[in-house]
Amino acid sequence: MPFAPLLRSFMLCCLVVLSALALAATQAQAQAQTPAAMPAQGERLAAGLERFKADSFADTEAAVAAIAAAGSAQGVAILSALADRRLFAGAAGVFYRDAAGQAFDALTGQPATIPADAAMVRLNNRLRNVVQAALGTMTLLSPDPAQRVRAAEAVFRSRDASALVTIEAALTSEQNPRVRRAFEEARAAILLASADAPEELLIAAARRIAEAGDNDAISLLRQFAGQTTGGLKAVIDQGIVSIEQAQRIRAWGQTLWFGISLGSVLLLAAIGLAITFGVMGVINMAHGEMVMIGAYVTFVVQELFRNHAPHLLDWSLPLAIPLAFITAGLVGIAIERGVIRFLYGRPLETLLATFGISLVLQQAIRTWFGPTNREVSAPSYMAGSFEFVGLQITYGRLWIVVFTLCVFAALLLVLKATPLGLQMRAVTQNRRMASAMGIRTRFVDAMTFGLGSGIAGVAGVALSQIDNVSPNLGQSYIIDSFMVVVFGGVGNLWGTLVAAFTLGIANKLLEPFAGAVLGKIIILVLLILFIQKRPRGLFALKGRAVEQ
Amino acid sequence: MGFTRRGVLSAALGGATALATGYRPAFAQGAPIKVGILHSLSGTMAISETTLKDVMLMLIEQQNAKGGLLGRKLEPVVVDPASNWPLFAEKARELISKEKVSSVFGCWTSVSRKSVLPVFKELNNILFYPVQYEGEESERNVFYTGAAPNQQAIPAVDYLMSKDGGEAKRWVLAGTDYVYPRTTNKILEAYLISKGVAPADIMINYTPFGHSDWQTIVSDIKKFGSAGKKTAVVSTINGDANVPFYKELGNQGIKATDIPVVAFSVGEEELAGIDTKPLLGHLAAWNYFQSVKDPANDAFIKAWKAYKKSDKAVTNDPMEAHVIGFNMWVKAVEKVGTVDIDKVIDALPGITAPNLTGGVSTMLANHHITKPVLIGEVRADGQFDVVWKTSGLVPGDAWTDHLPGSKDLEADWVTLKCGNYNTVLKKCG
Repeated sequence: MPFAPLLRSFMLCCLVVLSALALAATQAQAQAQTPAAMPAQGERLAAGLERFKADSFADTEAAVAAIAAAGSAQGVAILSALADRRLFAGAAGVFYRDAAGQAFDALTGQPATIPADAAMVRLNNRLRNVVQAALGTMTLLSPDPAQRVRAAEAVFRSRDASALVTIEAALTSEQNPRVRRAFEEARAAILLASADAPEELLIAAARRIAEAGDNDAISLLRQFAGQTTGGLKAVIDQGIVSIEQAQRIRAWGQTLWFGISLGSVLLLAAIGLAITFGVMGVINMAHGEMVMIGAYVTFVVQELFRNHAPHLLDWSLPLAIPLAFITAGLVGIAIERGVIRFLYGRPLETLLATFGISLVLQQAIRTWFGPTNREVSAPSYMAGSFEFVGLQITYGRLWIVVFTLCVFAALLLVLKATPLGLQMRAVTQNRRMASAMGIRTRFVDAMTFGLGSGIAGVAGVALSQIDNVSPNLGQSYIIDSFMVVVFGGVGNLWGTLVAAFTLGIANKLLEPFAGAVLGKIIILVLLILFIQKRPRGLFALKGRAVEQ
Repeated sequence: MGFTRRGVLSAALGGATALATGYRPAFAQGAPIKVGILHSLSGTMAISETTLKDVMLMLIEQQNAKGGLLGRKLEPVVVDPASNWPLFAEKARELISKEKVSSVFGCWTSVSRKSVLPVFKELNNILFYPVQYEGEESERNVFYTGAAPNQQAIPAVDYLMSKDGGEAKRWVLAGTDYVYPRTTNKILEAYLISKGVAPADIMINYTPFGHSDWQTIVSDIKKFGSAGKKTAVVSTINGDANVPFYKELGNQGIKATDIPVVAFSVGEEELAGIDTKPLLGHLAAWNYFQSVKDPANDAFIKAWKAYKKSDKAVTNDPMEAHVIGFNMWVKAVEKVGTVDIDKVIDALPGITAPNLTGGVSTMLANHHITKPVLIGEVRADGQFDVVWKTSGLVPGDAWTDHLPGSKDLEADWVTLKCGNYNTVLKKCG
C-alpha cells in the first residue's frame, strides 16, 4: 500500500494536535479551579443568585450577567433552568430543576427540595434574549455538537464581542462541519458588529454572512447596510441583492407548496361531499357538521388517552380515524334513513332539511361540549418544520397532504374495486335498471350517504390539527366544499381532486398581491364566470347518466 | 350566511334558559327589578358571550342574597340574540318594551352594539357594554365598561416600543376584516407615524372571519421581520382565527423572542380550549387578568368557580367589566333611590366601584371608565403572567387624539350634555 505511511503520519499529526489541545483545555480548567479563584467565584455566584429573589426584571438581568461572569460550574445549568421556567427563588435560596425534574440548590449544586414559598423566576422576551445570549457564550465549548450549534446561533444573534476569543480558539480545533459553519457565521456577525475591525476582515465577514443566505443573514446585512461606506457597503449591498434574488425564487416554490397544502385541505373537506352531493345528488348542507363530528371524535379519543394512557398520546390520532369514520358514517346513515330518503328528487326541500339538521347538530354539540374551543394537541410527529431545498415545510401540513391523497386513493378503490362501489355506481347511473338487477337500492343509498359522511368525519380528524375544534368548525368549510365539487364537475372524483388543487394554488398565488379577503373574492368571481361558460364544471360527466 | 334561520331556532332555546333560572326568596316589598341580559347563547359568538350571561346571573344572585336592591328583588331576564345582529335590536326592544327592564347588560361585537343603539335611544334605557372596542362613540344611553383604544391598544404599543418590550421599530398590524380592527389599526397607524415610525415599516394585513390558512401571511410576517429591525405584531385577529395563526407561527419557527405578538382579543377564555405551546411568551393587553393577585379578585374567582361548579372555570376581562358595571349601576340606583332611567343615567358619572386588580374605577362624564392597563405573557397553563402595568388608572377616551376627524371631539354628558362636542367649532354634533 503506497499511502499507508502517509496515512500513518497524518494520524500521528492529528494525535499530536489533539493531545496539545487536550493539554491546553485541562490547563485552562485547572486555572479556573485553583483554590484562589474558588471563593471569589462562589461569592460572585451567590451575589448573582441573591438578585433573583427581588422578582424584578432589572434585578434578574443583573443576576444573569453576574452568573455569566462568575463562570462557575453550575452557571449553565442555572441559566438553562431559567430559560426553561425551571428556576425558583425564595427566602431560603435559589433552586432549579434539571430537565428530568430533579431539584438542586443553585448555590451549592447539591440535590435539594424546593421550599413551598419559592416562586418561579419570571422572564420577559427581552430577558429571554439576554439569557440565550449568555448561555450561547457559555456553551460554545459544550461536548454536544447540537448544543454548540445552538450556542453559535445565539452568539450570531447577540454578537457578543466577548465570545470572539472563544470562537477563534474553537475554530482551530472544531471538526464537525455543521458546527464549523455556525461558528464561522457567528464570528462573521461579531466582526461585522465591531466597528474597529480592519476593512478586509469586515468584507470577508460580510461575504461569509451573505453565503449563509437565510432570513437571519439578510436581517443582519440590512441592519449594517445603512451604517457603512465604500467597499464594505458594496459587498453588503451585493449580498442583500443575491439573498433577495434567491428568496424570490424560493418564494415561488413556497407559494406553490402553500397552494398544494391549501388544496389538500379543500380536497379533504370536499371529498365526502363529492360522494353525497356529487354522486348521489343530495344538496347536503349538513356536510360541514359531519366534519365537525369527526373533529369532536378526535377530541374525545385524545381526552381518553390523556386521562388513561398519556404515554400513548401520539397514537390517539391514528385511532381516531376509524372511530371518526364510523361515528360520522352512522350519523350520516341515520340522517339518510330518517330524513333524506323522503326527499329524493326534491332539491329545495333537501337543502332546507339538511340546513336544519346542520343547525340541530351544531347546537347539540354546543350543549354537550360547550361553546368554547376544545383542545386537540398535535402529536409530536406533526409539530415543527424542516427545510427542503430552502423551502420551509411544516410537518403538520405535509402529513395532511399525504393523508388526503391516501383517503382519495382509498375512496377510488372502494368505488372501483368493491361490490358496494359497483352497486353505488349502478344505482346512481340508473336506479330502475339497478333495481331490476336485484340491487337493494335503498340499502345502497344509505351506504353511499354513510360513506360520504364517514369520509367527512375522517376529514375532521385532520382538520382538528389546523383549525379550532368548535361547534362552528363545519360552517367554515361548507361553502368551499361546494365550490370545489361544483368547479370540478359534479359526480367526478378526479374533477374534485383537480379542482381542489387548482383553487388552492390560485388562492395562494393571489393572496400575496390581493390580500386574503380580496383574493377570496376574486376566486369566487372567477368561479362564477367559469360556471357561466361551463355549467357542468371542469370534467362534466357525459352520457345517459347526465340526462337524469 | 344564514344567521336568521339559526336565530329563530335558538331564540326558543334562550327563552327556555330564561324560564329555568327564576327563583324566589322572600323580599320586603315591591315588584322585582328586572335586569336584561342580552348576550348570544348560540351561533358564532356564543363562544365568548355565554360566560357573560352566566356572570350576570351570578352577580344578580349575589345581590339578591345581600337583600336585593332598594329592598326589592332583582330578576334577570335572559334573551338570546343568537349572534344575529338585527336580532339584537329586536331582542333589545323586547327587553325594554315588553319586559320593562331597568337596565341591560349585553352585546359583544361592535356591530351588535350599533344595531341596538337606536332602540336604546328611542325607548330610553341603559346599556352596559363590557368589551374592549374601537372607541369613536359616546352615547347617553350606553356605558362603556370595556377598554377604549387608549386603554389597550396605545399602551400596548408603548410597551413594545419601550426597552423592556424589545424596542420594536417595525410593525405588523394584523386583524380580522371588520370595524374594530380597521378602526384600531387606523388609530395605531396614525400613532406610530406620530412616533416617528416610517410608513414603510408598517405592514397592515386583514383576513376574513375564521381564517384558518395562515401560511402565506406568517411567511410574509417572517420576511417583513428580516429587515434588520426589531419587529412586533399587533394582533386584532378575532377569536376563532387565532389558534391556527399561533399554530402556524410556531410551526414556521417564529418565537416570541424574535417577533412578539401582542393580541387584543385573546384572553383566558380563548386559551382555555387550546394547546398553549405555540403561544408561550406571546403577549396580550387587557385591563384584567385572572392571575392578578388581589383579595377582590381571589374572592371573585372563588365565587365564580363555585357558581360554575367547576375548578377549571376561568375569568376574563369582559367579565370584570360586567362586575364593575353592575356594581356601578347598583350604587347609582341606591344613590338616587329609584330605577328611573333618566335619574340613574345622570347619577352614574362620578360613581366609583373597585375593579378586581386592586384599584377603584370611576365612571367618567364621557360614559367610559378609568382602568389600569396590563400586559400579560401567555403561560403554559393558559393563564397570563403580568409583565408590565400602567402606574395608575387610565381614563377612557371616547374620541381618539390620533385621528384628524376625532381629535377635536369631546364627550361630556355632565356639563356639555353632548357625546361629540367639537371643541374647535364650539358646538355639539
